[in-house]
Amino acid sequence: MTPKLEISGVRKAFDDKVVLEDIDLSVDQHDAVCLIGSSGSGKSTLLKCVNLLVPIDAGRIVFGGEEITGRDVNANDVRKSMGIVFQAFNLFPHMRVIDNITLAPRKVHGVSKEEATERAMSLLGRFDLADKAREYPDRLSGGQQQRVAIVRALAIDPEVMLFDEVTSALDPELIAEVLNVIRELKSEGMTMLIATHEMGFAKDVADRVCFLDAGVILEQGPPEQILGDPQQPRTRQFLQRIVEAGRM
Amino acid sequence: MSRPLDDVAGRGPGVLGPRPTRRRAREEGARGALIAFASTVLFFGLAVWAILSSPAWPKVQQQFFNPENFAEVFPDVLRGFWLDVRMFLIAEVIILAFSLMVAMIRALRGPAFLPLRILAVGYIDLIRGVPTLLLILILGFGVPALQLRGVPNSPIFWGLAALIISYSAYTAEVYRAGIESVHESQRMSARSLGLTQVQALRFVMVPQAIRNVIPALLNGFVSLQKDVALVYVLGVREGVREAQIYTAKTFNYTSYVVAAVLFLAVSVPVARFTDWYTERDRRRKQAVSV
Repeated sequence: MTPKLEISGVRKAFDDKVVLEDIDLSVDQHDAVCLIGSSGSGKSTLLKCVNLLVPIDAGRIVFGGEEITGRDVNANDVRKSMGIVFQAFNLFPHMRVIDNITLAPRKVHGVSKEEATERAMSLLGRFDLADKAREYPDRLSGGQQQRVAIVRALAIDPEVMLFDEVTSALDPELIAEVLNVIRELKSEGMTMLIATHEMGFAKDVADRVCFLDAGVILEQGPPEQILGDPQQPRTRQFLQRIVEAGRM
Repeated sequence: MSRPLDDVAGRGPGVLGPRPTRRRAREEGARGALIAFASTVLFFGLAVWAILSSPAWPKVQQQFFNPENFAEVFPDVLRGFWLDVRMFLIAEVIILAFSLMVAMIRALRGPAFLPLRILAVGYIDLIRGVPTLLLILILGFGVPALQLRGVPNSPIFWGLAALIISYSAYTAEVYRAGIESVHESQRMSARSLGLTQVQALRFVMVPQAIRNVIPALLNGFVSLQKDVALVYVLGVREGVREAQIYTAKTFNYTSYVVAAVLFLAVSVPVARFTDWYTERDRRRKQAVSV
């Protein structure tokens, strides 16, 4: 079976600082792949490259059997079937929750207002947010905002979801509600690429874990192997520190 | 070391005595208001008295504040001023829309939009470098002199066109500052949802940008509301022109004061409103960020 998302030989440098070097990674349909590694290791940049928010310098990314990093690919078309959620939520503060969610379906996908609203309400209902539809984002807790951001990304019916450290900006007590949403998506078979610092969560949800260090994938494999019996000294050191910090 | 601070705050415990009760605070507030009132009355009373009792005052009053001249010229200046107001309203609406378009073009990214960006930047730089008055003279006298077929000859038309062209360049920069004040992550997340550049600007960046620059836009209102009078150089009989005609006939300057009073009657409320709005906006932002 061809992977849903296939990244090969991707390189990215900002000026002369190399952020990603020769990245090879693939995500099969219905799989969840977790990217772990310290801040600055390139996890976020890789996700932004996949969403075409950051152009790559070399290599290729194939999504659903089609190369999306070619010259005449329309990034807006690619993004029509890809959802991304950011660390800082990035909700639109001047719009109510419902309008945040229906904006892309209406303006990009040509869905009628009624239909978009109906679908948004059913998604909000599923994640216990139905009563927040008419609120502005600044009236919501961080966890609620991030769940709304996930709903906003889901509203376009994406084939793959990208999560960029979506719990890093949250108070500890609000992390679980967001992770549970992602777990639920996993159980429904959503294809996902997830950058995270939550190792316990990665262990549960990931089909494969990928350790990035200084822009290079040092090792990847099943979560038990990478998190339980890492081969690379750098991976061991990283996990050791996570354990010391009490986060695993 | 807490002593001076407590003193300033006026409710420090301990050192300087008991914390004031609410009643005492109220009494102090009332006393403050009384002092402010008394000092204000005293200050301006003295100032007015000094002016009125000066030996030059009768002459000044005769020249600038003559009630008879005031009554005589008021209807003419008011009629002219009404033209100013209408010109202002028309120009402002067009400026707000046109300059927003220029600012949006300037905010577009990517090599494909380079020619449009050059056009926008060139327009802004060029026009901001030329005195508004000069632009009014060039368009107001120059274009009608060409006697082109189908091109209007009205000085009001060309005067307004010059004002719109000039003010739009400044206003476009105000909008641009607003667009740049919206965090880049907003643009990024809009694009990640599949919105085009123009859609991201229109639905996400610009609505937030406008909120951020409303005080600056209102400031522009006040400025334009006065600058419409510049079209008098084209012979348009607006308020200032009417006042000047009267002065030329009578050698009395009360008509200018009439015009000034009319302009003030509009611009002072707008300026107060701007302050009030800015303050309210600032408080709201603080409330959110806490």
